[in-house]
Amino acid sequence: MILTNIETVPGRRVVQHFGLVQGSTIRAKHFGRDFAAGLKNIVGGELKGYTELLQESRAEATSRMVAQARDIGANAVVNVRFTTSSVAQGASEILAYGTAVLVE
Amino acid sequence: MTIELILGLGIPLVLILIGKFVGASIERKHFENIAEREARFQGQPAFSIKQIDAPYPIQSASLASGSVVVSVDHFKRFVSGFRMLVGGEVRSYTSLIDRARREAVLRMKESQPDADAYLNTRLETATISSTNGNEGMGTIEVLAYGTAVHYDSRQ
Repeated sequence: MILTNIETVPGRRVVQHFGLVQGSTIRAKHFGRDFAAGLKNIVGGELKGYTELLQESRAEATSRMVAQARDIGANAVVNVRFTTSSVAQGASEILAYGTAVLVE
Repeated sequence: MTIELILGLGIPLVLILIGKFVGASIERKHFENIAEREARFQGQPAFSIKQIDAPYPIQSASLASGSVVVSVDHFKRFVSGFRMLVGGEVRSYTSLIDRARREAVLRMKESQPDADAYLNTRLETATISSTNGNEGMGTIEVLAYGTAVHYDSRQ
C-alpha cells in the first residue's frame, strides 16, 4: 500500500479512483503516563510519553484507513490528511483520511 | 503561619528557578542538537509545494511523518504572565514552539532518511491541554508530514 499526501503517486499512473477512505481512533491521555509527564512538566520540553502515545494512535488510525482501502481493492491512498481534535476533556480524536486509488 | 508562608512562596519559587536554569540549559542543548541534525539533512530539502522540477525522474513515493509533544516550564509560564499584562510577543513561548516544529520536521526526515526530497510538507499544531484549563498554553503537539520521494538516479 502506497501512501502519499499529494494528488498523485509520482512515477505511477492512477487507473481508478475509489473515493474517500478514513480511519480514526479516540484516546484518553491520562493513561498512567500522566504522573511522569507531570514531573517532566517542571523543566519543560518534550513529554516523550505523550509523543509515543499520539504516534501509536496515529499509526492505529492510519492502519484502519489502509484496511478500508484494501477492502475496496485499492493499492494506494493519495492526498492523505491527518487531523486532531479534542472531543472531550482529556481525550482527543485522531483522524486519517485520503482518496483510495488503483495505480499501475 | 511561617510554614504556610514558606510553602506558599517557596515551592513556586523553587519551580520557577528550576525552570530558569535546568529548562534553559536543556533548551540550549536541544537547539545545538537541532542545528547539527539540520546541517546533516541539508541536501534533502522539505518543500511545501506538491510538484518540483526534479533533476531525475521520481522512482518511488511514500508518506513520512514525525511528531513531538512539548510543554512549558514554570519559568516560561511565570514570564508569560507578565507579558500578558503589557502585550507583545511572548518570546519564551515562541522559542519553545520553534524548537518543537524544527524537531518535528527533523523526525519526519529521519523516518525516511534516504529520501531525496519531501513534498507537500504540512505542519499541524494541536493543543493537548492548557495550563490550568483557563488560560495560556500547556501542552501542545506538533506534527509534520509529507511525501518522501526517491529519485531514479541510474539515468
